[in-house]
Amino acid sequence: MPRRIARYPLALTAIWLAALMVAVEARAEFELVASEFSGRVSLEARYFPRTGIDPSHQSSHTTGFVVEPKLYLEEAEGSSFTLVPFFRYDSADSVRTHWDLREAYALLFGELGEGEWEVRLGVDRVFWGVAESQHLVDIINQIDFLEHPNGEVKLGQPMVHVTWTGDWGVLEFFGLPYHRPRIYPGRGGRLRFGGLVDRERVEYESGAEEWHPDFAARYSHSFGPLDIGLSVFNGTSREASLICMPPACKRTGVSDVSNVWIPYYAQIRQFGLDAQLTLDAWLFKFEAMHRSGERNAVGREQEYGRAYRAVLAGTGGFDDLVNAFREDEYVAAVVGGEYTFYSVFDSTADVGLLAEWNYDERGRRALPRRQPMTLDNDFFVGARLAFNDVESTEITAAFLTDASRQTRTVGVEFDRRVFDQWSLHLESSMILSIDPLDLQYVGRRDSFFEFHLEYNF
Amino acid sequence: MKMIHVYPPRSVPLFLGPCLVLLAWLGMPSLVHPATPEEIGLKIATDASDKDDGFGNFTARQVMVLRNKQGQESRRQLRIKVLEVAGDGDKSLTVFDEPRDVKGTALLTHAHKQGADDQWLYLPALKRVKRISSSNKSGSFMGSEFAYEDLSPPEVEKFTYRYLRDEPCGDLTCTVTERFPVDKKGSGYSRQVVWRDKDELRIWKVEYYDRKDAHLKTLTLGKYKQHLDRYWRAGEMNMVNHLTGKSTVLNWADYQFRTKLRERDFSKTGLKRAR
Repeated sequence: MPRRIARYPLALTAIWLAALMVAVEARAEFELVASEFSGRVSLEARYFPRTGIDPSHQSSHTTGFVVEPKLYLEEAEGSSFTLVPFFRYDSADSVRTHWDLREAYALLFGELGEGEWEVRLGVDRVFWGVAESQHLVDIINQIDFLEHPNGEVKLGQPMVHVTWTGDWGVLEFFGLPYHRPRIYPGRGGRLRFGGLVDRERVEYESGAEEWHPDFAARYSHSFGPLDIGLSVFNGTSREASLICMPPACKRTGVSDVSNVWIPYYAQIRQFGLDAQLTLDAWLFKFEAMHRSGERNAVGREQEYGRAYRAVLAGTGGFDDLVNAFREDEYVAAVVGGEYTFYSVFDSTADVGLLAEWNYDERGRRALPRRQPMTLDNDFFVGARLAFNDVESTEITAAFLTDASRQTRTVGVEFDRRVFDQWSLHLESSMILSIDPLDLQYVGRRDSFFEFHLEYNF
Repeated sequence: MKMIHVYPPRSVPLFLGPCLVLLAWLGMPSLVHPATPEEIGLKIATDASDKDDGFGNFTARQVMVLRNKQGQESRRQLRIKVLEVAGDGDKSLTVFDEPRDVKGTALLTHAHKQGADDQWLYLPALKRVKRISSSNKSGSFMGSEFAYEDLSPPEVEKFTYRYLRDEPCGDLTCTVTERFPVDKKGSGYSRQVVWRDKDELRIWKVEYYDRKDAHLKTLTLGKYKQHLDRYWRAGEMNMVNHLTGKSTVLNWADYQFRTKLRERDFSKTGLKRAR
């Protein structure tokens, strides 16, 4: 069953185009007041100064391009349809050459009593939260891990998203009928651990597999300078537990490049809180979440070994491996702030300073969520220098350090518009040191430099 | 409608000053009609503000042309929606169309007569709504010569005033008034000098003085048009920075008043809908 994952966006596009044609056909009076075609094309390159863990397949550099057009249609009453397909070509990794439907949704809204209702139907991206070093409570979308290890880029998520807004705040409900598994780099790709993650065999705790109906809700409101959000999610985890099952995976650990791991998605429940207090040039931020149901193998090596041997002997199966994992229940939090000095030294430039502390109750048993770091007791310090010039020149730097281990990374980014429609992005993502006890120790050679030249239309 | 022409001559003989103060203190202000320059200045600002009351809402397009000393140009294009709020500052939604790399970025402002404004920024690439600090009043708006505070609606309460003189401006007669920011720390200016014509209280020129009281920028306005037979809006604003030689022309187009805009379009949910 090849390319089961790649077929998904294709099927969705076909469904939506058909639906759109039917809608236009059915309503001859369907009057478009705005139709807009925009988007971006980006030429990109990455360079890894150090040889990777799998030098016979991985290379030290990769080039490629991204195409991300956007079609927007709006009818007279304000209802609209948005379509954002995405395609990336990557010279080194055939898996990173991928496409996705980032957005394909119909948006309707209207009055409801004193407030209003809004419905977004289709594929969309949703962002929750306030912190910069990680997006702890943000859970609706799967991340596009192929794009960047920082997890800022997300895959489109099919959903019914209903919003009810009133004087009392905003209440949102999400019905999520389909799960998007995380896609991990292929054989030619960097920023992976030694082995590969199976793309054809994806296991779910739910018998409904990827069709398990997930639900989420969020309440948010602003009280003067305080913005607050309370959220709940019930359904399939966006983060996989990676399972080593014979014969594709030997018990040689994450650094063995010949292993193929099976991703397993548990049913989880998450309660989230995010809050920001904005006082003059100060932003104070807090995010916390409680999650239960996730499976974690750290600290269960003995039990896992037994189950593994049972599978080898033919007396056990996949379920025994999963059952050897511990079901986690934990709290994680981010707390921090941001202060901006405006017009420094009588110039037009602004300097923003950021600091955040990341906490995970699991401590050493914490798993990396998005960053190549586990963020169990980690400090983040950042700076943003915005020149506020015609070219919108901006430099940001971010330093992450694990307070209980020898793991440190630093990232520097430079952005500048070069001509009206062209912009430049330079980035360096450096692993300064990784503690050998860290799961990501295997990725210690994957510091990289990145270059984008982007054309916006 | 109160008429501006009836303002008394500017100066009251000096020796009368203490007597006037005394009279005022005795609680007989009706006898003391000759107002102070501060009172006249405030009255002009209040009258101008009153004249603009009741517009309800409007939408418009803005095109900015940024010019540096060498004459190189750069363009910005925006759409703006403004909702009048009774008893408080306006709510506004600005959506960026150009430069293309920030297309779809939107800024929601709930201005307040007292205290800091509330501002949220919508970043379309991440679909993220970010509450931002509104204390950056003196910063450049999109690299232009306009600071944020130059573009925010001039709520009467945000300044103190002093009337200076009347003088001809073109075919019209203008009152020249100084205004001083109440929030001295937040503003990039020590004072502004404002020219308004006496007939319609339209602003024709503003001189901006920096914190060291050096003449930093001059704004000239023109191509005024009247909407709904009442509300005057400038079609062109030209800001020149005397320190750097740079300038920015802001052209307004497609003004539409009393549209279907509602309060709800200026919520965080509405901000995510902006495009």
